[in-house]
Amino acid sequence: MRHGKARFVVGFLALPVLLFAFYVVWPFAQAVGYSFTDWGGYSDKQNFVGVDNYVRLFKDELVHKAFWHNVFFLVTVPLFTIALALFFAFLLNVGGRGDKAGIRGVFGSSVYKVIFFFPQVLSLVLIAVMWQQIYRTDDQGLLNGLLIKFGLLDPQHPNLFVADPTPILGIPAVLWWLLLIAIWSGVGFYMVLFSAAMQGIPKDIYEAALLDGAGRVHTFMRITLPLLRDNISVAWVYLGITALDMFALVYVMTPSQGGPDHASEIFASVIQFTAFNRGQFGYACALGVALAIFTMLIAALQLRITRRERIEF
Amino acid sequence: MADVVVNDRRTASGGGGSRRAVPKAAAEPAKIGDKVFGGFSHLFLIVWALMVVYPILWVVISSFKEDKYIIKEPLSLNPHALQWDNFSRAWTKGGLGEFFFNTVIVVGGGVILTMLLGSMAAYVLARYEFPGNRAIYFLFLSGLTLPVYLAVVPLYKGVFNSGVSIPLLGLNSRFMLILVYVAWSLSFTIFFMHSFFRTLPTSVAEAALVDGASHTTLFFRVMLPMAKPGLISIGIFNVLGQWNQWYLPTVLMQDTTGAGKVHEVLAQGLISLSVQQGYKSDWSGLFAGLTMAMLPVLIVYIAFQRQVQAGLTGGISK
Repeated sequence: MRHGKARFVVGFLALPVLLFAFYVVWPFAQAVGYSFTDWGGYSDKQNFVGVDNYVRLFKDELVHKAFWHNVFFLVTVPLFTIALALFFAFLLNVGGRGDKAGIRGVFGSSVYKVIFFFPQVLSLVLIAVMWQQIYRTDDQGLLNGLLIKFGLLDPQHPNLFVADPTPILGIPAVLWWLLLIAIWSGVGFYMVLFSAAMQGIPKDIYEAALLDGAGRVHTFMRITLPLLRDNISVAWVYLGITALDMFALVYVMTPSQGGPDHASEIFASVIQFTAFNRGQFGYACALGVALAIFTMLIAALQLRITRRERIEF
Repeated sequence: MADVVVNDRRTASGGGGSRRAVPKAAAEPAKIGDKVFGGFSHLFLIVWALMVVYPILWVVISSFKEDKYIIKEPLSLNPHALQWDNFSRAWTKGGLGEFFFNTVIVVGGGVILTMLLGSMAAYVLARYEFPGNRAIYFLFLSGLTLPVYLAVVPLYKGVFNSGVSIPLLGLNSRFMLILVYVAWSLSFTIFFMHSFFRTLPTSVAEAALVDGASHTTLFFRVMLPMAKPGLISIGIFNVLGQWNQWYLPTVLMQDTTGAGKVHEVLAQGLISLSVQQGYKSDWSGLFAGLTMAMLPVLIVYIAFQRQVQAGLTGGISK
């Protein structure tokens, strides 16, 4: 060992490890500990209750609701976002095929890429506040206003959007309206990601396919899609994690942060509500642990399903 | 003829709007199918582009309107006379100036410290063998999978307790928020920079050590400059991430003493602005606040779009 190496290693690691331990690891460890108590959060009184909180969690109506809402986002957000992003990336990269000058991408593709990416640089909270105005329930909201103007909506009965718990296909309307925002803000990012990946596919592969007489759709399904498998699986995992984290939208936009009448409750909002409104910190921690386990299972599962052998080129 | 068709299609196939084909097939008239397809492509792309731009434009233009025009003709993109007053109202009374100030301090301090500590730790973990190396690395990685909601209650309590003896580390302190941001950004920064430092050549490091450089000099003078592309990517990632952070400040920047005021950051402040202006029906003020929060970020993005896109997408595809 070279002289002074040990001191150097310790010196470089001390501060990061200390900060990380105090502000990240210790709170997590404590949360796991508290999840076995009936701690209320405001006093120091707490009793060990074993796994009571976890048993209770399985019977809690609110948790059931939140769980299924999470599952809804977990399925729909990645599905719609990836489908649209792939579609747009495909159009951008092959849409201009056969143009007079022989340009491959669609004309102005770089402009589209810049614009589609806009929502990615805006904060989720900003997007939420902005969409609050778009979704306003009187005729001054952007969407209601447009629909009324084109005669598609009766001015006496404007859309309630995020205040509307009526089920559509068995899912409260408010969740569909939140989903729209999530897709709106995510598509551009994944389109740029897929687009870059598509440009990385060697041309000879396409040329070979075209010589064999493959059409556009065929080329996409048989060549582009399989070669993008890696990128799509990464996107799926990331979107899955985002989908569990729709809290910013729920918190800012829905009535009483999970309403109306708990119609848009998700795990995170239940934790917030349980801890800070109901003052049941111990139980909230148990919910948090459950969410953490759920997240890790989902991530592991998604990686498992989508993992295939890499094709090198 | 058949030969030419094949030629035409192959030059036009594949990805990449940047490369131009040999203009051999240029004289050949474009096929009808291609034209229709191209037209449809544009149609879909333009519709989505409008869906992105129109709401943003609507917010920006509404921020210049008088309240009576917002009520009378909410959809119109004609602001009539520009109401700069909306902006000054949002800036002072809405508290936006204050939010900006706090955010710049916290994000500035947070990102610089994150980059410094993150790359120091990543470097040591990537290039030095010592007992416990793997354990520490995986400890940092574990932070990537755990949801912040789980930690927030004990974190709140921990910060509250530190504040009793040292107010600088307590609730509602900007310094505390910087440290919390750094701690929460370390996982990804270390994960990203670790793989970057691994790829740097050992020969350079050895040469520097033979020349008598200390480990610290080696890091700051040789390795850090070599890792610049990685630092730019992760820097952009952290700036955006910390700029947009709202949950941690919402929980931690609370005034529990009941005396002073809350040092709100931008994302958190926008929420209270929307509630506040909603009560007052000061819609133009709210739109002005939104515009001021959004335009700087968009302008910086448009100026550096290539780097931002590469930095953000590179961050996840690594």
